[in-house]
Amino acid sequence: MRFWISSACAFALAVLAAATLKNEYYFFAGYTVLMFVVLATAWNILGGYAGYVNFGTPAFFGLGAYTAVVVFKATAAPLVVQILAAAVMSGLLGFATGLLTLRLRGIFFAIATIAVTVIMETLFINWRYTGGATGLQLLRPAPVWPFESYITMLFVVMAAMTVAAIAIARYIETSWIGRGLRAIRDSEEAAECSGVSTLKLKVFACAISGALMGAAGAPMPMYLSFIEPASTFNLNYAIGALASPMIGGTAHYLGPVIGAVILSTIQQVVTVTISSELNVLVVGVLLVVFVVAAPEGILGLVKKLFPRKKP
Amino acid sequence: MKFQKLLMAAVGAFALSSAALAQQPIKVGMSMPQTGSLGAGGKAALVALQMWVEDVNAKGGLLNRKVELIAYDDQTNPALTPAIYTKLLDIDKVDLLIAPYGTVPTAPIMPLVKQRDLLLMGNFSFQVNRTVKHDKWFNNSPWNDASSWSDGFILNAQKLGSKTIAFLAADQEFAQNLANGARELAKKAGLKTVYDQNYPPTTVDFSTMIRAIRSAKPDIVFVMSYPNDSVAIVRAVNEIGVGESVKMFGGGMVGLQFTPIMSTLGSMLNGIVNYNSYVPGMKYPGIEDFLSRYAKKAVEAKVDPLGFYLPPFNYAIGQMLEQAINATKSLDHKVLAAYLHKNEMKTIVGPIRYGPDGEWANPRVVQAQFRGIVDKDIEQFRQPGKQVVLSPDAYKTGDVMAPFEKVRK
Amino acid sequence: MIFSFELLLEAVVFGILLGCFYAAVSIGLSVSFGLLDVPHVAHPAIMVFGAYCTYLLGQYGFDPILAGIVLMPPFFLLGMGVYRFYYETFEKRGSDAGVRGIAFFFGLTLIIEVGLILVFGVDQRSAEAPYIGKALSLGEMRIPWRFIVSFGVALVLMTALTLYLSKTFTGRAIKAVAQDEGALRLMGADPVWIKQWAFGIATAVSALAGAMLIIVGPVEPSLDRVYIGRTFAVVVLAGLGSMTGTLAAGLILGISESIVLMHFGASWAPAVAFGLLLVVLGIRPQGLFGR
Repeated sequence: MRFWISSACAFALAVLAAATLKNEYYFFAGYTVLMFVVLATAWNILGGYAGYVNFGTPAFFGLGAYTAVVVFKATAAPLVVQILAAAVMSGLLGFATGLLTLRLRGIFFAIATIAVTVIMETLFINWRYTGGATGLQLLRPAPVWPFESYITMLFVVMAAMTVAAIAIARYIETSWIGRGLRAIRDSEEAAECSGVSTLKLKVFACAISGALMGAAGAPMPMYLSFIEPASTFNLNYAIGALASPMIGGTAHYLGPVIGAVILSTIQQVVTVTISSELNVLVVGVLLVVFVVAAPEGILGLVKKLFPRKKP
Repeated sequence: MKFQKLLMAAVGAFALSSAALAQQPIKVGMSMPQTGSLGAGGKAALVALQMWVEDVNAKGGLLNRKVELIAYDDQTNPALTPAIYTKLLDIDKVDLLIAPYGTVPTAPIMPLVKQRDLLLMGNFSFQVNRTVKHDKWFNNSPWNDASSWSDGFILNAQKLGSKTIAFLAADQEFAQNLANGARELAKKAGLKTVYDQNYPPTTVDFSTMIRAIRSAKPDIVFVMSYPNDSVAIVRAVNEIGVGESVKMFGGGMVGLQFTPIMSTLGSMLNGIVNYNSYVPGMKYPGIEDFLSRYAKKAVEAKVDPLGFYLPPFNYAIGQMLEQAINATKSLDHKVLAAYLHKNEMKTIVGPIRYGPDGEWANPRVVQAQFRGIVDKDIEQFRQPGKQVVLSPDAYKTGDVMAPFEKVRK
Repeated sequence: MIFSFELLLEAVVFGILLGCFYAAVSIGLSVSFGLLDVPHVAHPAIMVFGAYCTYLLGQYGFDPILAGIVLMPPFFLLGMGVYRFYYETFEKRGSDAGVRGIAFFFGLTLIIEVGLILVFGVDQRSAEAPYIGKALSLGEMRIPWRFIVSFGVALVLMTALTLYLSKTFTGRAIKAVAQDEGALRLMGADPVWIKQWAFGIATAVSALAGAMLIIVGPVEPSLDRVYIGRTFAVVVLAGLGSMTGTLAAGLILGISESIVLMHFGASWAPAVAFGLLLVVLGIRPQGLFGR
């Protein structure tokens, strides 16, 4: 219950900000931060709970973005439809990836996801309908009532998706699915022996995680009003999605949220202050420091500093 | 007593702030790729813009206000530019905007400037205003559409009596746009395409493709490549050879304008005909003075020491803003845009007139042939004649020499 | 498109040379990941680092190959250090080492990349040697010397490593540690020390591979991103830790890529290589030549 109240409050705050704040910068920057929260949360379902490292975030994200473009170009359907279509397509890609790679573990799975990313990018480089390598400029339609500007609308939509993603992650974490995934992470054989259907669970986690990443990618073409393969399948998305849970903590659904908020806020700030290579360096150093010194992430540190009895 | 002090302080602060307001600088905001694939070019361009700011401030600024440049690094990543430009507009409250170097980082900010009806000075992007159709867009690049880029090359090819053409193009945004334009021009010119290949950006070696081109025996080879690939392609050509049939080679190779690459390749460049924005020997008023001052700054800033390609055109952006603001005595974007549309701009890269789409009405892409280049000498590139201008006719300094393999010897 | 036997033959020759080069840049990973099971995602970044060191030595007149050999001892020590650190922080802790280990090496990659940018800038660097920029003419065929050199070095390296792993005591111990750590402990050898030694060798080999990188083409700090997929593809295709397998897998990748580049739509080349990898992973995860 507390979770729902607080997420309702957070969402209401976002809507309130959209209604009152005139300064668009906060929405542009906030959108990016929220997008990384969704990506990190999605990544953590597979990476954090089940222990499968996914380098293929750009594949799912990019497929979502391109699905949205195709839907928009072919039918001019509204944003919500684009997002749903993107989630379905990327979910299917996740399903297929899960099926194909279900026998793979650890780094093998990670390599497979790199391969999926390269193949997806090659596919869209060669597909002229979505502009191919030259990219495609899109004319944004007018924002839907009650929004006055498109970016506040995108911001609120992304805020809603963030709440949804966190709720899904939380449900998975606290239900039998999460227990099963954790069992897989600790020992796949033991999980299998104790009657956990590891295969189904893994494919499920892969599909859900992919679908969420796709949904996060769907509004991107409208955010940029432009799409092009090289930047859509950019490694940055993989870095952000992987680093955030490592920094925040992988065990709890709040971990990736905290990590993503901190990491992408730092990146946004560094971009408009120091403005240099340090941006990438920040991620690298934080990542190494946290996995070495604080394997449980920020949440783990907090737990260590303020020990609390389990309720 | 205490109250008085406080009051004094408050009054002082007020006086100070109002005085500061009157002298508040005119802020010019932009993002510039300083890292990532366009980083090297972006850094050099930034030096030129900074030079313009110093020059204009030395003259007393604009409208009696100092000019200040705010530039953030967009890492050549289009996902970052929308946030940067809204930051510039809504937090930094800049008065004027310059676009980032390159098409991809510029594209996402076009709807923003259109929606807010702002003046945007373009920076070597390509047809980025095509779909948005913003009437306050002014690009500094000497090309307008894809044909303006390659017609000089194709025309010279026709003069040599070429019948067949081979295309080699990077599978990336810029190169593909160019390639499509060049393909159309070639078709119009009645050239038969005997080889046409798009190569992926991660290609390690070009030997096989150069070999395939050699066996296709084309009269001319049109290459559209990115800096790293350009180096690899020129090397492969040097090793494998493109064959006796080829009269002209080059066209749209990005990177052969940059000093580090030119000096690495050295004599391997000889014979290549390639596009450029400026080469020594072109008589533009003030450019030589600019380049000699730039050369000193470039050494300090550790950027491209010659800076022919991008820096003069970035300085020209500043000059255009200066001319428009001084003439209209205004910072109103509507007024400035109207002035830019109507008048001829006098810059160190020659006079510029704008067409209705905000691109140059008379494009001036240079096609030049490398000749007599020796290895390991940066200074040689400052001499006229090392890059012989074949096109446009007004700036022509020589005729194309062919066939390609012979000129190399 | 043009098709002739002569061209196909040349594509195969180029493919063999390119394949050997791919095998050469993957050997280090074949040891560190294939035999030791360390998720060494930073392998390509370390190679690029080696390439830049080669460039630096080149400024003092060192031949790239010689520079690569000179760099091997310091890189050996570097590798031992990296492994010791990895062992103390991850392997020792046990259970969750997988995810964090990968993340650690991934972070290391980013740090190396930015470090190189800060020191050398984003511009390309290239090496100079008499065999760079010239080609061997065989009739119509012309083969760049830089590939012939890398071909030779690759073969020497591959043979030396194979002999070392099968003939020497330490070499056999390294192979044993991959299969049964407990047995090795019973024999009185310290598996951690053996692994550390092996990781040192893998890193030293990467230094030489880095030299080959800069012989074959100019390098830039983000070049590791091009090779991360290719090197892992080679090692996985090969089947973990198999030296002959690594060579064969490199050849498969090189030849298929070269034929696609010469004859079909070159823009599909990445999809072909990685599609092949996915299929192998899906059907035969132990690799084509795995146990």
